[in-house]
Amino acid sequence: MTAQEEKVTTLAELPEPIARFIDETRDRPNADSYLVAVLQMIQKHFGYLPAGALNTVSQKMQIPAAKVTGVATFYHFFTFVPKGKHTVSVCMGTACYVKGAGILVDRLKDLLGIRQIGHASKDGQFTLEVARCVGACALAPVLIVDDKVYANVRPDELPKILSKYGFKPKAE
Amino acid sequence: MATPKDKVLQMRRGAVMRLFESKFQNPTRITVGSATCENAAGAGAVYDAFAELLSKPGAPKVALGRVGCTGRCDLEPVVSVIAQGHIPVKYVKVTPARAEKIVEQHIRGGKIVDEFTMRHVANLPMTGKVVGVCGGMHCRQGQGIREAFLRGVEEQGLKEQVAVTTSACFGLCERGPNAFVYPDGVLYQKLTPEKVAKIVEKHLKGDRPVAECAWGGKRIANRFLPLYGDEAFFGKQLRLTLRNCGVIDPESLDEYVAVEGYDALARVLTEMSPKQVVDAVVKSGLRGRGGGGFPTGTKWQFAASQKADQKYMVCNADEGDPGAFMDRSTIEGDPHTILEGLMIGGYAIGANQGYVYIRAEYPLAIKRLERAIADARAAGLLGRNILGSKFDFDIELRLGAGAFVCGEETALLKSIEGSRGMPRPRPPFPTTAGLWGKPTVINNVETLANVPVVIIDGPEWFASLGTAKSKGTKVFSLAGKVNNTGLVEVPMGTTLREVVYDVGGGIKGGKAFKAVQTGGPAGGCMPAAALDTPVDYDSLAAAGSIMGSGGMIVMDEDTCMVDVARFFLEFTQDESCGKCTPCREGTKRMLEMLERITKGQGQEGDVEKLLRLADTVKKASLCGLGQAAPNPVISTIKHFRDEYDAHIREKKCPAGVCASLVTYSVIPENCTGCTACARKCPVKCIDGAPKKAHVIDQEQCIRCGQCLAACKFDAILRK
Ligand SMILES: Cc1cc2nc3c(=O)[nH]c(=O)nc-3n(C[C@H](O)[C@H](O)[C@H](O)COP(=O)(O)O)c2cc1C
Repeated sequence: MTAQEEKVTTLAELPEPIARFIDETRDRPNADSYLVAVLQMIQKHFGYLPAGALNTVSQKMQIPAAKVTGVATFYHFFTFVPKGKHTVSVCMGTACYVKGAGILVDRLKDLLGIRQIGHASKDGQFTLEVARCVGACALAPVLIVDDKVYANVRPDELPKILSKYGFKPKAE
Repeated sequence: MATPKDKVLQMRRGAVMRLFESKFQNPTRITVGSATCENAAGAGAVYDAFAELLSKPGAPKVALGRVGCTGRCDLEPVVSVIAQGHIPVKYVKVTPARAEKIVEQHIRGGKIVDEFTMRHVANLPMTGKVVGVCGGMHCRQGQGIREAFLRGVEEQGLKEQVAVTTSACFGLCERGPNAFVYPDGVLYQKLTPEKVAKIVEKHLKGDRPVAECAWGGKRIANRFLPLYGDEAFFGKQLRLTLRNCGVIDPESLDEYVAVEGYDALARVLTEMSPKQVVDAVVKSGLRGRGGGGFPTGTKWQFAASQKADQKYMVCNADEGDPGAFMDRSTIEGDPHTILEGLMIGGYAIGANQGYVYIRAEYPLAIKRLERAIADARAAGLLGRNILGSKFDFDIELRLGAGAFVCGEETALLKSIEGSRGMPRPRPPFPTTAGLWGKPTVINNVETLANVPVVIIDGPEWFASLGTAKSKGTKVFSLAGKVNNTGLVEVPMGTTLREVVYDVGGGIKGGKAFKAVQTGGPAGGCMPAAALDTPVDYDSLAAAGSIMGSGGMIVMDEDTCMVDVARFFLEFTQDESCGKCTPCREGTKRMLEMLERITKGQGQEGDVEKLLRLADTVKKASLCGLGQAAPNPVISTIKHFRDEYDAHIREKKCPAGVCASLVTYSVIPENCTGCTACARKCPVKCIDGAPKKAHVIDQEQCIRCGQCLAACKFDAILRK
């Protein structure tokens, strides 16, 4: 068996609350409809959707793996790569954009050495993301680090904000 | 046997008793705004600071509470100090340090901390009373009322104590002209200059309201009035949907019930047949607030007329329009209203199950809805045999997972069913075949929040507000380059100018207005010439935009309209689900053209090509996403063609936004030679010795703009 095959056929154990949720909803009408909710719980737990977990979901919920994958790849919220310890998202809503969110993204890429949105920095500390409007438009531009929202962010404040999460700026 | 109405009345008595004991018995109340925006601005720490200060031994007796969005996002966190008989004092940008001073000086010492108040910020006098004269269409015909108040106040020497302002329609047009005096909460009706003279003398001077001129009734729309305290912002507003936002504690069922919450449900279950409910909504003229503007009553009628063993009510809280936050704020500020609206809809169409489809990006709104559902269920307001009426109804939450297209109703249904959220052609419409093939009504959050108002205050009254074809009010999230950003609700028919300049306080930093964008990625940009367009479905459509769900973004001279069009296209292109070709391929090609133009690689004829492709995408796409995606492009070309031409012909971005088309240079007179820019420059293309004017090498410059950000002396010019 090649490594690739092994990856798609392994089953990963689901955390207990998620397994319980699947069991509890199994007999409800239209039990399939909880798929998105289950994927959300898995992503919350692991920070991403591990392939093995998706296979287990498919078995436990009796939904074809193709459909599980189809749903998981459709929604922006789900990711298949492990995340950095902290997630830095820049809101890209209209108000934030008009107020310079694009500049924030460029600066962050620079600071963290991240080339592509959605990827993690080399040291595994930070993942850079862009968020769909978080609805804090009056505070634009906003930056979200993990669960905390920073308002009216200026590019020169970025190193200071990141340093709260263990970021060390390169010496200038 | 006790009817549902009796039961809710009984609940209200209990709620009021409990609230009185815990809260209103205290001479003073402090409320701290608590919504996502407020929390981001630091409201949590402020609440904790107050809690600690007020729990110290010997602290004054004050009731501390949280409320939903107070509307003034730019001034958050907002804290109100409410004392019986006084205009509420609103403190802005409160910090824990300010909290300490407020407790010390205001609560203990009885002296308002002037410099932290909203009135101070808004430059309004600190008066004892404020007269708000209705500026609505009907009342304005009763000329001279405002002048009469001003004259009277002058003559009686009350200028220091009384302020006279103009307010939005109070929703009492049949009894106009009206004026409202607060903090006393007296609403005067059918005013004449003679009556005004009497009111000035007896009430404003003598502090005895003139009972024979006052209106004795009650109306939901007026509930917000005594809590204004910020007439510059709230004066032109009329709050129906947001009637409780910023007023009640969103996590307390008692507070909702105390302000006529679940009254509409009780009334419907006690004395109206489902058909009567549908008829009332039809008569009110309420139209969908989710963007389409479809008559809500008609939609309910379609679903009600279907025969099926199961039907569903769905609340669309997906709010994907980037730049819109009214649905989030409504849910965060008043979650029970949405539940009540859903239940009434369920009763009307014969559904027993409701779903709220809400974005995962709104954790606080989700938490408050979950709490509201649990509280309502525990109180017998949800579940089996609601209030003993034999009506069963339950509500479940379903979370979105970040796909804009899922706001589209057929895609939303697919997503609730647990599939990929792809739209399908209509018909059949969801009212015939929706969730799991059963008749389903999908309504927007704001639409549902209006339903209890229609029931309590009556469809005739609701229909008296607004314009001929757009009834009631509309909530907007006002953001972008305007002074007062926040959540505003105005009667339909208010002009864009009134929203931007009166409520919004004009453009930030005294810059020139360029455009106002409504409808998000499906809408358009309207130029200064369109500022007098009234806000209603048909007028906005005629002006080349749409009402949309309520995002309103103001743009100034520093905004590049080509870049704005590109931004929206990038959004729709990314969100296109890929099912139909015109949308999937068309938006991609349009985006490529726009990217070329913003990079200075546009060619003569590109604009015409864009327009032709826009037309195809509009006509041939499967769902509203593609059909509306070209709108931002079409409207910016229509109104700002000169900017496109400048990009294409002169390779210039007039607003200085498009990175490839701007240049940075040093203004030698301002440069002090501090070397800050040279140290920041990532490609080391800035030359100059310390204390000498620097020079930027245009050949090497990558136009990142870091020198501009680094300069403290305004010595970098961006052109
Ligand atoms: C691409 C797209 C996105 C939409 N997003 C939303 C949304 O976020 N919220 C909403 O209420 N309606 C949205 N709609 C409109 C819905 O399809 C539907 O018309 C609406 O929810 C009906 O409710 P209403 O009649 O109360 O307005 C969207 C439509 C399209 C085409």
